[in-house]
Amino acid sequence: MDYFLELFLGGLTRGSIYALIALGYTMVYGIIQLINFAHGEIYMIGAFTALIVAGVLTLLGWNQVAILVIASLAAVIYSCAYGFTVEKLAYKPLRQAPRLSALISAIGMSLFLQNYVLLAQTSDFLPFPSLIPEFKFIAPYAHIIRSSEIVILVTTAVVMILLTLLIKFTRIGKAMRATAQDRDMAMLVGVDVNRVISVTFIVGSATAAIGGVLIASHIGQINFYIGFIAGIKAFVAAVLGGIGSIPGAVLGSLVLGWTESFFTGYVSSDYEDVFAFLFLVFILIFRPAGILGRSETEKV
Amino acid sequence: MLKQRVPSATALIVMVSIVMFAGNVFAAEPIRLGVAGPHSGDLASYGIPSIKAAELVVKDVNAKGGVLGRTVELLVEDDVCKPEVATNTATKLVSLKAHVVLGHVCSGATKAALGIYKDSKIIAMSPSATNPALTQSGDYPNFYRTIASDDAQARLEVDFALGTLKLKKIAVLHDKGDYGKGLAEFAKGFLEKDQRAKVVLYEGITPGAVDYSAIVQKIKQSGAEAVIFGGYHPEASKIVTQMRKKNMKTIFISDDGVKDDTFIKVAGKYAEGVYATGPKDVSKNPLAIAANEAHKKAYGADPGAFFLNAYAATQALLNAIQKAGSTDYDAVAKALRTQDVETPLGKIRFDDRGDATGVGFSVYQVKKGVYVEIK
Repeated sequence: MDYFLELFLGGLTRGSIYALIALGYTMVYGIIQLINFAHGEIYMIGAFTALIVAGVLTLLGWNQVAILVIASLAAVIYSCAYGFTVEKLAYKPLRQAPRLSALISAIGMSLFLQNYVLLAQTSDFLPFPSLIPEFKFIAPYAHIIRSSEIVILVTTAVVMILLTLLIKFTRIGKAMRATAQDRDMAMLVGVDVNRVISVTFIVGSATAAIGGVLIASHIGQINFYIGFIAGIKAFVAAVLGGIGSIPGAVLGSLVLGWTESFFTGYVSSDYEDVFAFLFLVFILIFRPAGILGRSETEKV
Repeated sequence: MLKQRVPSATALIVMVSIVMFAGNVFAAEPIRLGVAGPHSGDLASYGIPSIKAAELVVKDVNAKGGVLGRTVELLVEDDVCKPEVATNTATKLVSLKAHVVLGHVCSGATKAALGIYKDSKIIAMSPSATNPALTQSGDYPNFYRTIASDDAQARLEVDFALGTLKLKKIAVLHDKGDYGKGLAEFAKGFLEKDQRAKVVLYEGITPGAVDYSAIVQKIKQSGAEAVIFGGYHPEASKIVTQMRKKNMKTIFISDDGVKDDTFIKVAGKYAEGVYATGPKDVSKNPLAIAANEAHKKAYGADPGAFFLNAYAATQALLNAIQKAGSTDYDAVAKALRTQDVETPLGKIRFDDRGDATGVGFSVYQVKKGVYVEIK
């Protein structure tokens, strides 16, 4: 039973990690039907920013909580700037072009950012400090769950709730929904579509950056390539849950995390990915729009 | 009676002196050491250092009166590292009556040549052929080598886990790559052949995965006392870090893909106590320093690939003939297996399969942030 619980919690953490990244994918897709492949890179840049800032602050002798807060803030601001700029440079000029062009542009951006960080930083793995403090009360249960895992779980839940509130109850959220439904119509009734899209990218980048800081701190190492694999998995999770849907992204991520965790735990880790993706195919056969996705009728 | 005895006594003296004379004739015959390997073509740089090593050792030995009072002569033959050429090279060395052969250099060429030497009862010793099957298949009892075979690290890890650490339950993990999986397969094979410990878990992990918490839980669940990991340091540091953060004291043993300073840098304090095998450091061996110096003096350049291995092999072969008292196949083979010889690679002898003991890899452990060799 202990073993089951450990695998369950392990899967939950892994799922939450995917979810923090998947939220950005799904928001952008919901608004402009673009799969933003550069999203994983934004996450990676967030982690690097936090590493640099945390390194400087540690040298200055700040305390751990202050470092965590400042480093996360810096990562969020820097990543938002990147997300905003990437959208303006790589996607906005292609707004009227076929969807495939924007997709290729996204892949190009992803490769560009990866190689840029590779050249500007290093190809080696870098140690990432444990920014999340080890809570005293969790010490007896550390073999089951660590404080960094709790922080990741809580953060994911909070981010998901905040995003849902943002979309449901704010002016910009209403504008987002309008843009998602019909961009031309939204423009006609006076929604500043460009601004809405920019905000979407900024919010998505912020969640990715938070994810980057927490995950890097949990795992303890980063390099220029971490965004790629995490991004692919998160993208899969978003599709699994129903791309465009925020609760769907979280649910899909958790399902993927649990699938991997239980399959590794009870069967074999050799075929972890094979099985995870097989499961994805299986779900998509029966629910082509994902677990919580709405099937869209093609507009003629 | 007396009269009859005198001629027979004379005959005896004559016979004895003939035998002694004959002995002198044999003593005058040189010991022929074949040197085979790529001496031309694009792989020549692997073979030429062997010739130089043999020349230097033989010059030394002959200056000191040779082996068994006989001078040593080299028969240098080129095989360009090609199996089809190597059979001709071997046939030629056999027809030139080589007593022992230093070579060949490439595993493929060595394998092709060994059958011919075996039929003619000639011992061959390679400075560089690492294919495990050459010694392990048992097909070539006439084959020896002074380089560790590809599976030597796995062997060392297993011996260390069973012999030194006396472990009973071991998990074997790998990163599914050629290097890591190959090593893990060897380690698993050795553990299963040996009855002292049980392989409680054998799994491949996905390199670059976001986290390894599930596999870490599985290690814990399996009750393994130690993990033998085949792969590189990024995965190793993630696994070790997660194990330690989960308060697991499981011993971690890995290979030279992990014996890298980056591993210590990334895993930080969690790296403490991790074992990893890595190439043995011979740069401080006085014989190795002397051999390199001799090469520089004689040829005006630093020695090339496998020079020290070839140097050690030549010494081992000549030493075995000396100790055996003849060039007889069985006697030399016995001497190779029982007599230690001091070489630039350290003090070596050969196990039953023909692999040099004490050559190749050592176990290192992370102590206070650096890898320290464990004697």
